[in-house]
Amino acid sequence: MENFTPWSSLLGGLLIGGASFALLFFNGRIAGISGITGGLLTPKANDVAWRVAFVGGLLAGGVLMGFLRPDLFTYTVPYRSAVMVSVAGLLVGFGTRLGSGCTSGHGVCGISRLSPRSVVATVTFMATGAAAVFFANSVGGAS
Amino acid sequence: MKAIVVSFGVGLVFAVGLAFGGMTQASKVVGFLDFFGNWDPSLMFVMGGAIAIYLPLFRLVRKRPLSALGFEMGIPTRRDLDPRLIGGAALFGIGWGLGGFCPGPGIVALASGVGMAAVFVASMLAGMVLFRIVDHLRTSASAVVGGAR
Repeated sequence: MENFTPWSSLLGGLLIGGASFALLFFNGRIAGISGITGGLLTPKANDVAWRVAFVGGLLAGGVLMGFLRPDLFTYTVPYRSAVMVSVAGLLVGFGTRLGSGCTSGHGVCGISRLSPRSVVATVTFMATGAAAVFFANSVGGAS
Repeated sequence: MKAIVVSFGVGLVFAVGLAFGGMTQASKVVGFLDFFGNWDPSLMFVMGGAIAIYLPLFRLVRKRPLSALGFEMGIPTRRDLDPRLIGGAALFGIGWGLGGFCPGPGIVALASGVGMAAVFVASMLAGMVLFRIVDHLRTSASAVVGGAR
């Protein structure tokens, strides 16, 4: 195991879980980032402001944490060119909309609801994610 | 107004959680998905920690018709598996493994100044728009093929 950070990762998870639940408890919304963002692309009346606020919060958090803990934002993965990352982004954007969710929507909220759809989706994206890393490492050389 | 403040606060805490969790470091994501190589299980603690909070608290509120601020609870009800779910998840996973970002961390890392995150988010939005276009075309096409009203 390399670079194992159980405590900070656990802290991060607890914050994510708490924040996600607060969105459900107060606003009745599922904290699925791809859904919240995707919903902004097809705006419906009275359904935009909270999404903008949420994304605004994400961005504000990014600015804050980038300032306080820049070490948490390094991009040091080998063999990832801008072209590869662009393709990756397209796949993530398209795939999350097609599959109705991502790591937050399916992985956290869906699994917590014991949703069979989310369990299957999570297992699927973890598996193809692992396959992608395996092939990227094989093609580019071991990380 | 309160809902807006809640949303912003949730987004902010969510971002902090993603950062502490390690999700904004593509190398940790790739390390987590590197099951067959140098495996870094850290992100399991992110998902595990989040579920440890969400799962029990969800059970307390799932039967409520309205949220605390009076909104309809938007809890998904579908339980069926379909090719869109599995295909979409498969594609998402590939992108996640290739780029090392998923939607939330990408947005947060973008704000922190990571250049690759900007590339990722821009193409992610393009991918979402592309899906909308393709899906719309498919729906219109089948409406035409399905016969006139």
